[in-house]
Amino acid sequence: MTLATRLILGRLLLGLATLLVVSVIIFGAVELLPGDLADEILGQYATEETTAAIRRDLGLDRPAVERYFEWLGAIFSGDLGTSLANRREISEVMASRAGNTLFLAALVAVISVPLAIGFGLLAALYRNTLADRSINAIALSAISIPEFLIAYILIVTLSRTGWFPSFVVIDATTSLVDRIHQSLLPAFALTVVVAAHMMRMTRAAIMNLLASPYIEMAHVKGAPLGAVILRHALPNALAPIINVVALNLAWLVVGVVVVEVIFVYPGLGQLMVDAVAKRDIPVVQACSLFFACVYILLNLAADIGAILANPRLRHAR
Amino acid sequence: MARKLTRRTVLRTTGAAALTFGSGLLSAIDGAAAAAPKRGGHLRLGIGGGHSGDSLDPITFADLFMAVLGAGALYSRLTEVDVDGKLIGALAESWQASPDAATWTFELRKGVTFHDGKPFTSADVIASINHHRGPDSKSPIKQIVDPIESMAADGDSRVVIKLKGGNADFPYLLFDYHLCMMPEGAMGKGIGTGGYVLESFEPGVRAVAKRNPNYYRGDARAHFDSIELINFADIAARTNALLSGGVDIISGVDLKTLERLKSVPGIAINEQTGNKHFMFQMITTNDLYKDNNVRMALKYAVDREEMLEKILYGHGMLGNDHPVGPANRYFDRSLEQRAYDPDKAKFHLKQAGLSSLTVDLATSDGAFAGAVDMAVLYQKSAAAAGITVNVDRVPGDGYWKNIWRVRPFCASYSSGRATEDWMLSSSYLSGVPWNATQWSNEAFDKLLIAARTELDDDKRRQMYGEMQRLIRDDCGVIAPLFTNHVEAHSSKLAHGQVGNASEMDSGLMIERWWFA
Repeated sequence: MTLATRLILGRLLLGLATLLVVSVIIFGAVELLPGDLADEILGQYATEETTAAIRRDLGLDRPAVERYFEWLGAIFSGDLGTSLANRREISEVMASRAGNTLFLAALVAVISVPLAIGFGLLAALYRNTLADRSINAIALSAISIPEFLIAYILIVTLSRTGWFPSFVVIDATTSLVDRIHQSLLPAFALTVVVAAHMMRMTRAAIMNLLASPYIEMAHVKGAPLGAVILRHALPNALAPIINVVALNLAWLVVGVVVVEVIFVYPGLGQLMVDAVAKRDIPVVQACSLFFACVYILLNLAADIGAILANPRLRHAR
Repeated sequence: MARKLTRRTVLRTTGAAALTFGSGLLSAIDGAAAAAPKRGGHLRLGIGGGHSGDSLDPITFADLFMAVLGAGALYSRLTEVDVDGKLIGALAESWQASPDAATWTFELRKGVTFHDGKPFTSADVIASINHHRGPDSKSPIKQIVDPIESMAADGDSRVVIKLKGGNADFPYLLFDYHLCMMPEGAMGKGIGTGGYVLESFEPGVRAVAKRNPNYYRGDARAHFDSIELINFADIAARTNALLSGGVDIISGVDLKTLERLKSVPGIAINEQTGNKHFMFQMITTNDLYKDNNVRMALKYAVDREEMLEKILYGHGMLGNDHPVGPANRYFDRSLEQRAYDPDKAKFHLKQAGLSSLTVDLATSDGAFAGAVDMAVLYQKSAAAAGITVNVDRVPGDGYWKNIWRVRPFCASYSSGRATEDWMLSSSYLSGVPWNATQWSNEAFDKLLIAARTELDDDKRRQMYGEMQRLIRDDCGVIAPLFTNHVEAHSSKLAHGQVGNASEMDSGLMIERWWFA
């Protein structure tokens, strides 16, 4: 077994353990919240009889530990269960929502990763010039402005002109072109946020390397600038860049509730917020497991990417 | 001079008494003209209050989105509160009460079919109402159906409902948006007799429906070819969708930006004062609040005018510390409006043997939007009467479980109810679970029970007037404001007189409006 395979297997096992811990924490946290589904569904209309009937019907009157292990057992047999609130199959509900979320994340990645790395390189190469300073100023402003404000600014500027719809209406029948067109505004809003982070990291990593002796050597031996950057500097800067890209992609999947709400984008974030508000524990659990999986897999991918990019890690000593 | 006659000045100069029932006045001033309805078009609605856990079962209807989609488009009810507040038939053609108002006979409309082609009969009515009944009922309207003793079909198109006690308002209760008529054996599947047939439904996101070609009301109602409801949790997103032309009408307009929205060309506002009201509630069995003088002092310490101006930006009506509103039939306009009076508050404190008073008021924007601001305003106005109000801001999450009916003094709201009896019996009668103030008044209870079986309109009016006075002067409720239902829509939409029983033209906007 090579070092890489061993590492991947080890990480996957650790990942499973992490998922288990996450599920316990989430279940416990939702249990600790005041009130349960019966109270939340009926709200002001709740009477003791009706809430008791709901609890009986859904088994909420049983101890939390028992319900947790029942849920866990079902998960291992591949059953995510049904929503307590409306009895829909969670796998069904989540499939379309997760698809939408991943689509949006992919769209943002396609726009933001080349943009960030390109501008990061540019800023590093022309350090302390006007170009560098303007790129930095823009990036820092973008990081500082909350994403909901960016979203509203985009709506006022790009949607009122009629170029893009201010909200998203997509379902299984929407064509890809239409889907992209509708998703562009939310994608832009998210791009502004993540691209700035990735750009700053790229710039820092490249600048760090440009000061090292072997780059000076490459310059001295007469390698053209492009070759110095692409052949000598970039491969060594990849590990930190891959890490920040992975972190940002993970954030794109789990942390975009605000942008989802503003653009009425039917993603997973809104589903989970709704489910927490109604104490719909199976849905909360399913969403959080999915999010945890995304984090674990992206981190794993970042590790593998870093290993592949670094010959010292690629070959066991 | 005519230009100066705004809705606000009219309200102020003429007082609430000028509001004719059904508030025809408001819609007249809003200038929404009514020509003959026209068929056609695709209506897009931007609505709040949808939820990923929504379902097509009326028992689970909890907010505006499902009320408008379910009760307002897919399903029909037996009766309907018309735009002028009168009760008219929907699936029931007519009804008859026994002299004690305890037995009701409903004649059903003939020749009505469900969306799946099955004919609508008395068995469906009984099954649909039974859906909410029984010991295992999870229905929020269990209280409405609990008084039903028995139901019997008399042929295919007549239902006899026997109540445990008389209730002159019973047919009104059948307009509750949970009481949708569904085919026996297929409850809560979205199959109804309504004007629109469901095409797709993604809970918390969107629903699409097309016109029902066999609609029993024919061309008189349901003028749009197809409808699309989109859930907007965010008020700004909703407003943007309307301004960018993405939707034709939005619910729950932000009162802060309403004046600016009004000035946008192509946008029209529909505003109605209904029964929804904001409250501070004291538990009257609490040691501090059991003395009515303390309660009265707290009531006189409220500056209602200021709250109307600063919380609702004038888009509402002063409340008189009772829950009967302008959309109720027996709303007593002659009852003197309670005003801010620090001296009277001090007088009542003195009567209670107190020189000063300190109270903790639990509040949260989870109770209603503006509850925290309202408490802060109250703090200021009460200080002038020697009352210290400690504003305790609590989390909105779980508010109805942990704060309401638990803390002795807290913010609350009610959407109001279609009938006085329903409102008062559910929340003001001694000992009922929703009597959040635990108020108990023998004279009131007697009147309430007697009014239920009183079929003489004038006598009932007098009785309900007296009950409003009793609540105002004795109960633990401070109700300073009735808030308006406000919708904004494209001026391409047209409508006749608009109902004020609840938001969106009493929830029937899809049925009643059309594209000009």
